[in-house]
Amino acid sequence: MTDQDYINLINGSYLIAAVLFIVGLMLLRTPATARTGNRLSALAMLIAAGVTLVDRNILEFEFIIGGVLLGAVIGVVLARTVQMTAMPQMVAIFNAFGGGASALLAGSEFIRLADRGDVPEDAGATIMLGTAIGAITLTGSLVAAGKLTGWVTQNPIVFPLRNVVSGLLGVVIIAIGVFLVFEPINNEIMFAVLVGVALLLGVLLVTPIGGADMPVVVALFNSYSGLAGAAAGFALDNNILIIAGALVGASGLILTRIMTRAMNRSLVNVMFGGFGASGVEVSGVDGEVRPYSSVQAQDAAMMLGYANSVIFVPGYGLAVAQAQHELRTLADLLQARGVEVKYAIHPVAGRMPGHMNVLLAEADVPYDQLYDLDQINRDFDQTDVAVVVGANDVVNPAARDREGSPIYGMPILNVDHAQSVIVLKRSMASGFAGIDNDLFYLDRTSMLFGDAKSSVGSLVSEIEDL
Amino acid sequence: MIESLILSLTVFALATFIGHSVITKVPPTLHTPLMSGTNAISGIVIVGALVAAGMTDSALSQGLATAAVVLATINVVGGFLVTDRMLRMFRRRERPSSNDPDNS
Repeated sequence: MTDQDYINLINGSYLIAAVLFIVGLMLLRTPATARTGNRLSALAMLIAAGVTLVDRNILEFEFIIGGVLLGAVIGVVLARTVQMTAMPQMVAIFNAFGGGASALLAGSEFIRLADRGDVPEDAGATIMLGTAIGAITLTGSLVAAGKLTGWVTQNPIVFPLRNVVSGLLGVVIIAIGVFLVFEPINNEIMFAVLVGVALLLGVLLVTPIGGADMPVVVALFNSYSGLAGAAAGFALDNNILIIAGALVGASGLILTRIMTRAMNRSLVNVMFGGFGASGVEVSGVDGEVRPYSSVQAQDAAMMLGYANSVIFVPGYGLAVAQAQHELRTLADLLQARGVEVKYAIHPVAGRMPGHMNVLLAEADVPYDQLYDLDQINRDFDQTDVAVVVGANDVVNPAARDREGSPIYGMPILNVDHAQSVIVLKRSMASGFAGIDNDLFYLDRTSMLFGDAKSSVGSLVSEIEDL
Repeated sequence: MIESLILSLTVFALATFIGHSVITKVPPTLHTPLMSGTNAISGIVIVGALVAAGMTDSALSQGLATAAVVLATINVVGGFLVTDRMLRMFRRRERPSSNDPDNS
């Protein structure tokens, strides 16, 4: 095989891989085709990685084989054992590894070229970019995973001038990076300093962000891990890295935008606002006790059992109480009685985009019963009973009606438009945003107090007795 | 030199637009598998890492690249497997109710 044949083989395979990645993502359009799509993407990866091994620059295979085996074993174990509730931290850790791999690759390339005594300026620039983004993604995602798991405090860790410090570190990274582009030889120490500063910046960027904002952070670093890969692709002049990196970068950005919109926040506000410390105005109608009606499981079961249509609105409280299976049992019983059942999923119902859908799918809820905000909001007007389980701020009508409210403008599920509403909740305590929920005080609303799992469980046994 | 950079930027820009148009069509139900799946795709740096780990000009360079191979492989293998595990759970209604219009 001539050199040209060999280059054509590699580039041809990369073209096939790129097409397969894109087709794979297109098949994620419906749950029915999504699994095939994921397999096509995996096939694309196999082709791209496999054809790379015929590269003539590869002189030794020991490290390659050892590295792949070790990584594959760890990957299989992680993928098989992770709980679905822990998926956000799993994705955050995978993001960290992706960023770390890009940074290591860029570093390896820099040292190899510097040893040769020739680092072209454009390669140098993209190496610095890939290293910095990769290193920030590595530590930032690890802190995010720590916060999601509870190893790191969920509260924002804030200190004065933190944004100034972060800004200065950013400037230092750029300054060292520019310096290394023009003076790459014998400056490995400076390169190590750049890596260290970028690792520190990743930590400082995420520690001030509260646990409830982690979905945004995870989505953003998802994007970064792709961009770091694309930067490495620029440095190596490798199209498949650039294409795959760009696809991931675009995906992460879209998800970030969806999440910030659903939370009624800007990305700048999430990243630099230090939420929780800046002091959310608890618009407290102090001392005022507003009347509400509570209900027993038996009466709530009557309402549900004789309704024509029911919409369940699950929030993260449902997942915390591990009540998904009980909820599905309840839905099955109602459907057996001829009640039409739907689930309304708010984008921030879980701890990452689409998390609640996965948790319900795990509990065998068919995906054609899951509706997102835009699809379901009109249906509440024609619904007999809406059941809120472990959700609060995302069903607060103040977001729609009260201009002064801190959550005003946040898209909500119009639960208050249903004929009657049952709210399953531990107590009258307010939600994450610390705002009283007008929904709880409506005439049509009944509060069913207790732990979500046992409340749903008693509804199940009451309906069995109807 | 600058010529190849512009060519690379062209590829990057076009791929970003394709990514944007394809991914906006993914329904919210599949956003978690989308994240873990694209995450596996970002493990594509394994392609660069494999070559670099096989080059012997510098031990340090080779060591860093080998570490990159390990991390990227975890990302690729773990990412695709966990995505498949999630997507396997997404099921349609088993016994379609008689008043279901999709079923007629």
